[in-house]
Amino acid sequence: MSGSVGRFCMLAAGVLLAGAGAACAQEDGGGVSAEMFTINNLWMMVATFLVFVMHLGFATVETGLTRAKNTVNILFKNTAIVAIGLLTYTLVGFNLMYPGEVGTDWNGFLGFAGFGVGTDAAGLTSAYNVGYTYWTDFLFQGMFAATAATIVSGAVAERVKLGPFLIFSTIYVALVYPAVGSWKWGGGWLAERGFHDFAGSTLVHSVGGWAALAGVLLLGPRFGKYLNGKIRPIMGHNMPLLTIGVFLLWLGWFGFNGGSVLSADPGAVSYVLTTTSLAAAAGIIGSMIVSWIVQKKPDLTMVLNGCLAGLVGITAGADLVGIRVAILIGMICGGVAVLSVMLFDKLRIDDPVGATTVHLVCGVLGTLFVGVFAHGATHAATGGELGYTISIGTQLLGIASYAAVCFPAALLIFGVLKATVGIRVHEDEEIKGLDIGEHGMEAYGGFQIFISQ
Amino acid sequence: MKLIVAYIQPEKLNAVKQSLYDKDIFKISVTNALGCGQQKGYHESYRGVDIEVNLLKKVRIEIAVNDDFVQPTIDAIVSGARSGKIGDGKIFVMALDDCIRIRTGETGNAAIG
Repeated sequence: MSGSVGRFCMLAAGVLLAGAGAACAQEDGGGVSAEMFTINNLWMMVATFLVFVMHLGFATVETGLTRAKNTVNILFKNTAIVAIGLLTYTLVGFNLMYPGEVGTDWNGFLGFAGFGVGTDAAGLTSAYNVGYTYWTDFLFQGMFAATAATIVSGAVAERVKLGPFLIFSTIYVALVYPAVGSWKWGGGWLAERGFHDFAGSTLVHSVGGWAALAGVLLLGPRFGKYLNGKIRPIMGHNMPLLTIGVFLLWLGWFGFNGGSVLSADPGAVSYVLTTTSLAAAAGIIGSMIVSWIVQKKPDLTMVLNGCLAGLVGITAGADLVGIRVAILIGMICGGVAVLSVMLFDKLRIDDPVGATTVHLVCGVLGTLFVGVFAHGATHAATGGELGYTISIGTQLLGIASYAAVCFPAALLIFGVLKATVGIRVHEDEEIKGLDIGEHGMEAYGGFQIFISQ
Repeated sequence: MKLIVAYIQPEKLNAVKQSLYDKDIFKISVTNALGCGQQKGYHESYRGVDIEVNLLKKVRIEIAVNDDFVQPTIDAIVSGARSGKIGDGKIFVMALDDCIRIRTGETGNAAIG
């Protein structure tokens, strides 16, 4: 770190803040210069913007992979979830996820530092953290929270009732996501044991993925998807929107993973962006190869899913694995994604956008691969000390622990909603489209859309 | 020779195609259609203003058949499209003067089959 600080000081003095070089020598108590703190914090805010843009990516991916008659509903859910995620994170989430120091403030399993957010003057300086202010910390993590809830939206699309879905999202993102997140990122029991999940293959993606699986199982398949023992494809209506969404998500991942360095450390951030991009690229190639072989012709939707699969897969170990391993992880996840989408379909688990494959299967795989490829590692790839030793056993323990809480919790919430208000729209409404049923509105006014499914 | 035109519910198209197929009727034209009949419309609202939508989405099927295929075609459409609810649609049967297959120049019954 010290070398990079020096370099940044020269840059700051010579280019960014000409004439202010003397300030480099001054530290404001947190161990970094004011310029370095500003640069760190600025990168963390840029990363926050990038994670924010992922919500647009999720919205267009889900829209593209579903039918025109459900477009308003999809966009509505994605809009509402960003709001729900951020506001619940303000109210309880942030303080559930980061309750304080283990042993003094909480037990490492479940802690709560109080309602609402707020800080004193120290929270605005490097005394809080060398990488960011309190508010940057909050907003960056808040954007993460909202992504976990969004993952569910695509899997249950085209048949879930809007109101119950929003209730589910609120409870899940307000309580479940931050509570289990604290185990690792809040310094809880899994952090103590040396579980490694750099940017959230497990903490974010599998947490969303388990809920998506629970939702799909309780909802059942879309009307007409499985007929007379056969799988009938229900085609998405807009491949350009799907493609835009995947590229937006890849862009957003620069912030998702790059921001998870938690500072602007030049070496670590640039390395993480490299592994992230290479895994995405390898995910595309891996899924392309498998899709071409298995499906005879390369399927764009599979390859775009494969890109996301590579990104989810590298998220757990982007700071840790070597370049070749990053490519291998991306390629395996991309290839597995194609087979996994087809397997879920064979099992009659109807997930219109492949969220269970991309976020759950590849989230689990990515977390596991950290143990497989970096077993025994004690340092990040760019040299930073981890403070623990990577082991397959601990990675498996982490994966299993999240499964053991998230899946039953999601089943319980969806189950209670199903038994009380119902979670599925009426068949007539499903046929006509949720845009008219749930919103009384259509997405493509002035266009004639052929709806025969 | 008859021309059979049917308006059906869009989601019944696959079932109708299947039942036609089962009776060896493979030649069919399908277009998107809007229409209103006995079935009531529904309400939409756009930015706080109510809209009464009474032109509903339908699918139009056109099939040209020789006389001995008229009844099987009608039966197939009815079996595929009927749900018993208002809005299932209608079938129109019209006389057809002639038919020409462009590729071969065949006319009449031979061109239809």
